[in-house]
Amino acid sequence: MILNGEPSEIPAGETVAAVLGRLGLQTDARGVAVAVDGEVLPRSRWETFALPEDARVEVLTAMQGG
Amino acid sequence: MPHHDEMNTTAGAGAPNGGPPEDSSPDTTDVSPAPPDPLTIASRILRSRLLLGTGGFPSLELMDESIAASGSELVTIALRRIEVGAERSRGSLIDVLADAGVQLLPNTAGCRTARDAVLTAKLAREAFATDWIKLEVIGDEDTLLPDAPELLRAAEELVDEGFVVLPYTTDDPVLARRLVDVGCSAVMPLGAPIGSGMGIRNPYNIALIREAVSVPVILDAGIGTASDAALAMELGCDAVMAASAISRAQDPVRMARAMRHAVDAGRLAHGAGRIPRRHYAKASTPDEGLAEF
Repeated sequence: MILNGEPSEIPAGETVAAVLGRLGLQTDARGVAVAVDGEVLPRSRWETFALPEDARVEVLTAMQGG
Repeated sequence: MPHHDEMNTTAGAGAPNGGPPEDSSPDTTDVSPAPPDPLTIASRILRSRLLLGTGGFPSLELMDESIAASGSELVTIALRRIEVGAERSRGSLIDVLADAGVQLLPNTAGCRTARDAVLTAKLAREAFATDWIKLEVIGDEDTLLPDAPELLRAAEELVDEGFVVLPYTTDDPVLARRLVDVGCSAVMPLGAPIGSGMGIRNPYNIALIREAVSVPVILDAGIGTASDAALAMELGCDAVMAASAISRAQDPVRMARAMRHAVDAGRLAHGAGRIPRRHYAKASTPDEGLAEF
């Protein structure tokens, strides 16, 4: 699995919520969004969506800009 | 389409969103008293005509103080990869902005294609619970100028997805009109390249854009100091967006205050109607009664 562009040891089948937990994030964290394989994964699915093998996961958050 | 000989005498009566305060009609669905000269974007009423970018501030404290000094109610924010293994305990950017009570305007900064910009906008909607998006699609690394075809494509798709789209665009009146045709809620033409502080390089085009579209025109990029912001408003722009000009100033808080006054001054001057430019003097003191010695 690729997490934010880096190879990761996270096993297939883990939920997005669990991955966020590894990053120290709660599922109700403000200003966080997740994409899996180039598609938005809505917050409502974070607890249930099991990440497939070789998933490309992007976890994004607010940054100063613009 | 009206034609005018002098750009600075044109804006004023008759120009869309360019009338004096008396012409402003507040959204009737809003029950609070109408502010004196509000800006309306997609039926949201804003009292401040200054948008603030959060990029470039040396600290969150200075950003916070600058937001307060600017009076801005709409501030931009970006979306980036979260740092794996970083501490999450301290007061985050999002917390500071929530406490400041401002509306967030997420951007798609850094996107090079319509596809990336659309996906980023959708992620921003998830992250910040707003369907407003400052759409940026960049086509050149050195100038960071917009990629017009990709920008238009992304704008159309995002409008279809229900977004309130505010595109960062070139100072091309035709492109501005195309962006409004596909449903953008405002246009944000550049005065000069992002972060260049070069001011408004083509004031004639900015005035033409104001005439060409019926949505708010927000001068974005190129502002270097307060007089640039005042000029934008004098040209008929409905608002000004400032980022680096404030955040990278030696004293950001003082510059934020300066920008606030400049936007107000330019707006007033625009509504007041400037005198025509002339090549020769025109005495302001009458000759009648002049003593002869």
